[in-house]
Amino acid sequence: MNIDGNAILVIENLSMVFGGLRAIDSVSMYIKKGEIAALIGPNGAGKTTIFNCITGVYTPTEGTISIARNGTASGESLRKIQGLKPNVINHLGLARTFQNIRLFSNMSVLENVMIGRHNSLKAGIFNAIVRDPRTREEEQRVIEESYEILKKLNLHMFVNEMACNLPYGAQRRLEIARALATDPFLLLLDEPVAGMNPQETKELEETINIIRDQEQVTILLIEHDMSLVMNVSERIYVLDYGRLIAEGSPQEIKSNPEVIKAYLGE
Amino acid sequence: MKIRTLFSELAKALGNAIWFLVLLFPLMVMKVNVIGGKALVTFRWNFVPVLFITAFVLSFIWKRALIWNEHRQDKIPSQTFSYKIKVTLQLYFKNKAIKIGSTLLLIAFVGVFPFLFGMYHTNVMITAFIYVILALGLNIVVGLGGLLNLGYAAFFAVGAYTYGLLWKYVGPSFVSAGVDTGWLFWIALPLAGIIATIFGILLSLPVLRLRGDYLAIITLAFGEIVRMVLQNSGQITGGATGISLIPRPWFFGMKLAPKQAAVYIYYIVVVLVIFTIYVVRRIEDSRVGRALEAMREDEIACQAMGIDLVRNKLITFALGAFFAGIAGVVLAAQTTYINPDSFTLWESIIILMAIVIGGTGSIPGAIGGAMLLKLLPEYFRPLAQYRMLIYGVAMILVIIFKSDGLLPRHRKQYTFEEKSDSNASAGAAK
Repeated sequence: MNIDGNAILVIENLSMVFGGLRAIDSVSMYIKKGEIAALIGPNGAGKTTIFNCITGVYTPTEGTISIARNGTASGESLRKIQGLKPNVINHLGLARTFQNIRLFSNMSVLENVMIGRHNSLKAGIFNAIVRDPRTREEEQRVIEESYEILKKLNLHMFVNEMACNLPYGAQRRLEIARALATDPFLLLLDEPVAGMNPQETKELEETINIIRDQEQVTILLIEHDMSLVMNVSERIYVLDYGRLIAEGSPQEIKSNPEVIKAYLGE
Repeated sequence: MKIRTLFSELAKALGNAIWFLVLLFPLMVMKVNVIGGKALVTFRWNFVPVLFITAFVLSFIWKRALIWNEHRQDKIPSQTFSYKIKVTLQLYFKNKAIKIGSTLLLIAFVGVFPFLFGMYHTNVMITAFIYVILALGLNIVVGLGGLLNLGYAAFFAVGAYTYGLLWKYVGPSFVSAGVDTGWLFWIALPLAGIIATIFGILLSLPVLRLRGDYLAIITLAFGEIVRMVLQNSGQITGGATGISLIPRPWFFGMKLAPKQAAVYIYYIVVVLVIFTIYVVRRIEDSRVGRALEAMREDEIACQAMGIDLVRNKLITFALGAFFAGIAGVVLAAQTTYINPDSFTLWESIIILMAIVIGGTGSIPGAIGGAMLLKLLPEYFRPLAQYRMLIYGVAMILVIIFKSDGLLPRHRKQYTFEEKSDSNASAGAAK
């Protein structure tokens, strides 16, 4: 595989087998630092399975997944992450959102983001009981930081609302906000605009660009909305029946006969 | 239309009454006397109308209550009676004088309780307070962490037996060295907390991957295992006969009469209850508590946000076990005698019931529920044989009509208020 100089996520020969089903069949791909990449494919192609392998929900049957926070070409400084627990992988700087929204629905919008900040705080059980000045200061700080994150995603007007009372589009954005709160260098978005109207989609497209440009967060997204994929992404991977069938820029993908066959049939 | 529905309800109630009559006929109406080897059946016909009318009225009221319950949510919350009461009460308690006054009154009442009432009532209250500690401890596991634990009495047993075994094995050397054995209580209290915590961690290690029903079954089994081990290792723990003559807590080397000792233990347990409330409140409202909250809401999302579920579950079980251990020591000191029968599954169920009736996750709920379940049976001794029946009915009523408990939880919510000078401030609402 021809890996670009500054890859931050490298997947090599990844396979995932469920019983007799080969959900992912030796997929190799990489993500460059600072890009917006997309993973597309028909329903059941294995896109979310790849996300689950990357984020530690599943342990892949074969293959390796490695990350490099700063983007480097040499193989030695890459860190293998397959088989690690989801929380450890998050700690290493990979954050994700979920296809079916998984917010803490009975907690407020602010609290959802505060949970995302969890690992940037230190207070343990004894600090909680004693509540020393450092802990109080830390709690105060996390509230302010969380509010700043909400502001970036234009959610600050909902700050004290319950997450379950938010409109659908805002819930999707809150998922992104919560993921961003964990200070990731790579953000994995699983169908971020599913169920959104064109207006909301347009807004989210801008948000994705802002996150990349201002926060310097690399983004990999799964999406069915082709207009969004073609507009925001710089590189696209196409998956069909667990195999990678194409890779390239939006223009290349649009004219690729294999991709057209996969989507439209023969 | 209205009358027709009423008629159909009455008809249904009539049907229920007839059904109940048939069901209970052999039990309530027929009576078999065996005299001289001959069975003599007598029919108590006067029971028939009583039974019929009771069943009819109860069935009708039950049906109406269910309908009322269903339509309760339709009303605008601000116009309901209960809401008005709540608002008025809140208004009263906003008043500082009333707030401080009632708090002082409560403290004073708790403080002079053992002197106002006799030793019997003091002892009843000590038992109730022990259960308050247990309920608050289990509330961390069930209410905050969302992990159903049916073997909680095991940690209670671990605490009590820590003190018991300490007395049995270290006590003699205390006596021969001339040291007051009352000291043992003060050694056992922190030690039992630590040992119970270790047991809590040991239990949670195998159950970390489990949730819901499976977790409940495993913890239930653990509770029974601990009891069985205590019962069957006779050489060490005294087996079914237990450990007796456990010393009461040291009090400046004085030999306390039973009544004075009860008063003394009463104050110790009050302090422990306050300590428990304090710790639970602080934890609930902290980074750790927030993580537990998130874990209960959605484990997968919680883990994806970088929160270590293993660690969180360990903390939950360990904290819960700690308080049970402490409560166990107090129990051993109060009764001066322990045996495995005090730590059956039934104890675990009672504590869980206290939480559910009081309101899962709510601190006042856990306190209220534990007091209710421990004090009522004590003061309604004549009804003791109906105890299970009353518990069952109470449970059903609470679950149907007030599913979030009698004193439901009002979680402190983190809020953000933006000030004009953009200087952020954070506070607590609700």
